[in-house]
Amino acid sequence: MAKFSKKGKRALAAFSMSSTSDIVFMLIFFFMVSTTMRETDKLVMVVSPEATETAKLERKDLASYINIGTPVREKQAEYGTDARIQLNDSFRNVSDIRDFIAVERESMGEADRPFMTTVIRADQNVRMGIISDVKQELRRCSALKIMYTARTVDKVK
Amino acid sequence: MAKSTPSLNTTSSADIAFLLLIFFLVSTTMDVDKGLDRRLPPMPDENQKQQDIKVNRRNIVVVRINAQDRILAGGTPMDVTQVKDKIKEFILNPANSESLPEKEMKDIEGFGQYAVSKGVVSLQNDRGTSYNAYLKVQNEIVRAFNEIRDEFAMQNFGSKYADLDEEKMKIVRTAIPQSISEAEPKDITKKK
Repeated sequence: MAKFSKKGKRALAAFSMSSTSDIVFMLIFFFMVSTTMRETDKLVMVVSPEATETAKLERKDLASYINIGTPVREKQAEYGTDARIQLNDSFRNVSDIRDFIAVERESMGEADRPFMTTVIRADQNVRMGIISDVKQELRRCSALKIMYTARTVDKVK
Repeated sequence: MAKSTPSLNTTSSADIAFLLLIFFLVSTTMDVDKGLDRRLPPMPDENQKQQDIKVNRRNIVVVRINAQDRILAGGTPMDVTQVKDKIKEFILNPANSESLPEKEMKDIEGFGQYAVSKGVVSLQNDRGTSYNAYLKVQNEIVRAFNEIRDEFAMQNFGSKYADLDEEKMKIVRTAIPQSISEAEPKDITKKK
């Protein structure tokens, strides 16, 4: 019995915390590898339509994004609720796409330019008129590789 | 070595690492972009506009979506669910019918002779068509092509198209080209 009481009185051995940082660093590396930097703020609300035959975007660094949809709630007072085009961080018109594509193309390496993909991220309730305009403009800039974003589902309702 | 070096207090390094972790959590996104890959046709030259490329009538199927999202494929109104079978029948032309597209014998490298269909799916839409309906039809058309490719791959290589190696994939792609044409918006009003 004496032995037991002796043990109980002894101060609790502080256990080493040095490995916690290693664990957290492991988590950091996981996030660094599996995520990408957020590049632009969302100005338009986009709910992608559903599709079953989707393919992954092959080279994320060669993609430029065109968002089309209704402005977010905070911007609606200023820009209304009609579908708008968002390039980088501002609302733009169809005529601005030419410059946008030129800048994007310029920022890529010479060898990568033919593989440049324009990702059209449009809301499912957008009318095709605006998208046709965008497509025509893209054809004029000969940015022909495009992708319509979609949510992957097993079966389209 | 009488005395060992005093150990550093490393408790706070975990906090620093957590700070970094939270920074990465906030500033990055995880979503992978997925979608339907498409190639737009190049813009025709101004001086080339006059000469129309003559495509045999039987080689083209027009899928039209109007402002009410109704679908007209090959002259018959139909539901989205029927589009896939229509396209499949059109491209495969199993009975070598006169009204469906002709086939051209092509020598595919590493495979041999194969009758490649000359059919083209032309997708037309109105300015008032909803994007949702448009993409649904796009999806069905791509699905038709993917199914044909899968069947071809199953028959000849014994596995699905996605599981083939790059060389065989190329053979399948040449045998069944994904010929979808997105018409210019002008053409729709003209053809009315």
